[in-house]
Amino acid sequence: MRHLLSIADLGTDGIEEVLALTDSFVEVSERAIPKVPALRGKTVVSLFYEDSTRTRLSFETAAKRLGADTMTFSVGTSSVKKGESVRDTVQTIEAMGVDALVVRHGSAGVPVQVARWGTSAVINAGDGWHEHPTQALLDCYTIRERLGSLEGRHIAIVGDVKHSRVARSNVAAFTALGAEVTLVAPPTLLPSTVEGWPVTVSHDLDDVLGSLDVVYLLRMQHERMTEALVPTLREYTAGYGLTVERAARMADGAIVMHPGPMNRGVEIAPEVADGPNAVILDQVANGVPVRMAVLFLLLGSGSEMFTPTERPAEPLLAEEEVVRG
Amino acid sequence: MAERERRITPPYGGVFHARSQVMSPDDIQRALWRMAHEVIERNHGLDNVVLIGLQTGGVPLAGLLADDLQQIEAIDLPLGSLDVAFYRDDIGLRPVLPEAVTDIPFDLSNKTVVLVDDVLFTGRTIRAALDALTDFGRPRSVQLAVMIDRGHRELPIRPDYVGKNLPTRRDEVVNVGPLGVELGEMRK
Repeated sequence: MRHLLSIADLGTDGIEEVLALTDSFVEVSERAIPKVPALRGKTVVSLFYEDSTRTRLSFETAAKRLGADTMTFSVGTSSVKKGESVRDTVQTIEAMGVDALVVRHGSAGVPVQVARWGTSAVINAGDGWHEHPTQALLDCYTIRERLGSLEGRHIAIVGDVKHSRVARSNVAAFTALGAEVTLVAPPTLLPSTVEGWPVTVSHDLDDVLGSLDVVYLLRMQHERMTEALVPTLREYTAGYGLTVERAARMADGAIVMHPGPMNRGVEIAPEVADGPNAVILDQVANGVPVRMAVLFLLLGSGSEMFTPTERPAEPLLAEEEVVRG
Repeated sequence: MAERERRITPPYGGVFHARSQVMSPDDIQRALWRMAHEVIERNHGLDNVVLIGLQTGGVPLAGLLADDLQQIEAIDLPLGSLDVAFYRDDIGLRPVLPEAVTDIPFDLSNKTVVLVDDVLFTGRTIRAALDALTDFGRPRSVQLAVMIDRGHRELPIRPDYVGKNLPTRRDEVVNVGPLGVELGEMRK
């Protein structure tokens, strides 16, 4: 595998491999000098056609901690303003000699296209309503860290599922690791294809709240909201927001997650977001080692799963080196 | 031990076929007992000495060496493990083992670090380990203990404590494990 475009590409084994390797990078992150030279000489470019705080900084931190060089491309100050196409932009950047492109775009499928056009490894950092695989991986890691395992856990993804790439990636990853997923949202915020998903659907948060191990809140995405799907935000909060009263009715040890950025007071009450059951900052912290693992697997490791098949077999020395050194 | 690395089969591995036993498990114990005395002699005791086993083959040996030192001097030495995968100059040739972790829960500044590994071959692992150690502090000195020195060095690195010097062909494989030290080769 050369690219990380969707959770389905990874499969259960791939997810497990990333999560297992993440432990090593958590250890690296805790050192006095949290940096290893594993990707020295590699260049990672973040190509962001949409705004982002945590994903872009997280990827850049991860790349730097692996010793790679990073470049940032932001649409606002680039030739995109002059009308340069995505394809020309990608080919221009690749002509400078880069090893990985971290791509975010408002339209689904752009990272797949970039992977077809180019020669470098492509990581999907969010494409439209489609997928955001590294978010799902760091969420899985965070749940494991808190609850030990996802197997048999009951996870509710609450809110604007329809416009959420995080929801799509997370449903795929959570179910791949054996969790039971319930989508909780008003019918207008559910995608029309939801029948085909391996989930149950509820329109009543209070109904499922007591049985949950994880409450995963999605952001109300004003910027993607082209029609009036909820009457008012206040009404949404009354029905689906995790208020202080609702949080009090959660099971013991259940955790609250949010991919950020939060609309405090809409999908989550500020007191809950800062409360002891919220692991929202853990999610952000785990993002760096998870992305280190992804970059390392795609660019630097000898992992078979992540080794491009077209690469020629290593000479005999490699075999010898495995055993001794 | 090395067996875990080999489990990740072709193109990296294969199956190890032992041709002869070079040291028995008892021989390893005796060699460690001698090396423990050498460590104490060289450092005039064990003040500020710490042991770090290299993943994966050196970790159990470091544990055994620590036990011997404890018996002789009645001191529990700080014991750590180091995975050098991210520091290697041949990254991509070897798989990274997620279960082999670095764990150095103490400061290395002004300590005498004894690195422990099972087999010293090209010296590239040790070079990577020296790089890695600098990220954990500035040791006063670094010494190297290996069970087998099999020659074929590619870097100017030498061990301070050796269990056994074993002349080998380059394509042979040395396996240190519960069955002692075996010499053989990899076959597909």
